[in-house]
Amino acid sequence: MSIWEYANPKKFLTTSERVLPVLWVLAGVLCAVGLIWGFFFTPDDYRQGASVKIMFVHVPAAFIAINAWFMMLVASLIWVIRRHHVSALAAKAAAPVGVVMTLIALITGALWGHQIWGTWWVWDPRLTSFLVLFLFYLGYIALWSAIEDPDTAADLTSILCLVGSVFAVLSRYAVLFWNQGLHQGASLSLDKEENVADAFSNPLYVCMAGFGFLFLVLVLYRTGTEIRARRIRALMMRERMDA
Amino acid sequence: MKALLLRDLKLALRAGGGFGLGLAFFLIVTVLVPFSVGPQSELLARIAPGVLWLGALLACLLSLDRLLALDWEDGTLDLMATSPLPLEAVVTIKALAHWITTSLPLVLAAPVLGILLNLPTAGFQWLVVSLLLGTPALSVIGTFGAALTVGLKRGGLLLSLLVLPLYVPTLIFGAEAARRGADGMSVETPLLMLAGISAATLALLPFASAAVLRVNLR
Repeated sequence: MSIWEYANPKKFLTTSERVLPVLWVLAGVLCAVGLIWGFFFTPDDYRQGASVKIMFVHVPAAFIAINAWFMMLVASLIWVIRRHHVSALAAKAAAPVGVVMTLIALITGALWGHQIWGTWWVWDPRLTSFLVLFLFYLGYIALWSAIEDPDTAADLTSILCLVGSVFAVLSRYAVLFWNQGLHQGASLSLDKEENVADAFSNPLYVCMAGFGFLFLVLVLYRTGTEIRARRIRALMMRERMDA
Repeated sequence: MKALLLRDLKLALRAGGGFGLGLAFFLIVTVLVPFSVGPQSELLARIAPGVLWLGALLACLLSLDRLLALDWEDGTLDLMATSPLPLEAVVTIKALAHWITTSLPLVLAAPVLGILLNLPTAGFQWLVVSLLLGTPALSVIGTFGAALTVGLKRGGLLLSLLVLPLYVPTLIFGAEAARRGADGMSVETPLLMLAGISAATLALLPFASAAVLRVNLR
């Protein structure tokens, strides 16, 4: 019994079908509890008022947005090294989820920023690197959809993911340098970890766990869809050959 | 390797090679900038380093889809892949040829265009130095993008979408070095970072480009 057994698409499908309902419930309950707790049962912040509660969507979404790319990187590595098709399809399945999470983080961030900073957007290092991450997601998804042959697409996108990861990290630190060079010490970004009090952090952790399970559910579900789509493609090709 | 380099240079320089298109594009972009932001010379002087860097980057991007596509269409690339020269060397030579025919003229033209944008006198040398150090990275990264999209019909737009995010660090450090030079500040840190990016991409990225090209030639 090793983890590589799940590289067999059939084994993956049967197992994921068994665990998916449980994960759905878990994700739903955790999200609901976390969000309701966060929205209605936490005090208003003494400085930010009720708008601090955007945090309960913003932080988990950003957390997933980064980790989705990390998961794609691991899945791409597995595809490059061991050539398990499920892994390549899981990376493909994770990308749209990741891009939506990035978008949610950017939009909620803009709403929050409009309330607290008085501006929708500022070229702060953190914001800028998230925007760059968004662009990386777009390129990755566009490359997947541009290539017809599934194996070629998997190869090219996985290498793009590896190279892109290096450049994404590089951009993260380049942006840090660039902004400090521009505005001396004008750091608008609140360091969230230090500011958050216990009353906020507990529902926040629940929300993050909920978003994590939601991501897991969506990726498993979408990977299953991709496997079935691949199977349909193979069946259709076989039929055409027989005819 | 030398023969391949000479062949690429000749093909680019002779008729139909599209040599000079990038230069003309660079010129036009630079000329359009005052039309879009207004002719005040202080404003132009302030944005000149960034605009020139962005213009050079876009002109470089414009010529990327020709980098491998022509050799791909007539089967030359298949021959190169089966030749004793490793594919990693082939893509490095291709990047070098691209740098000599496209990026180097841009670097040389940049000071002239700097005059049009009222670039401060102190900025000229650092603009040229930063472009000289940064454009190799642009060519190498661009070769990777060209290798990714070589098998695609109408891959040009996709190529831009893939390559431009990869250009972000190079642009940041390059434009920062040029800007600091124009403001008379110390340019050492961004220049070193820029040189580091160029050296690292030159050393590592050809392997990725060759791997991608092998997949496409399969």
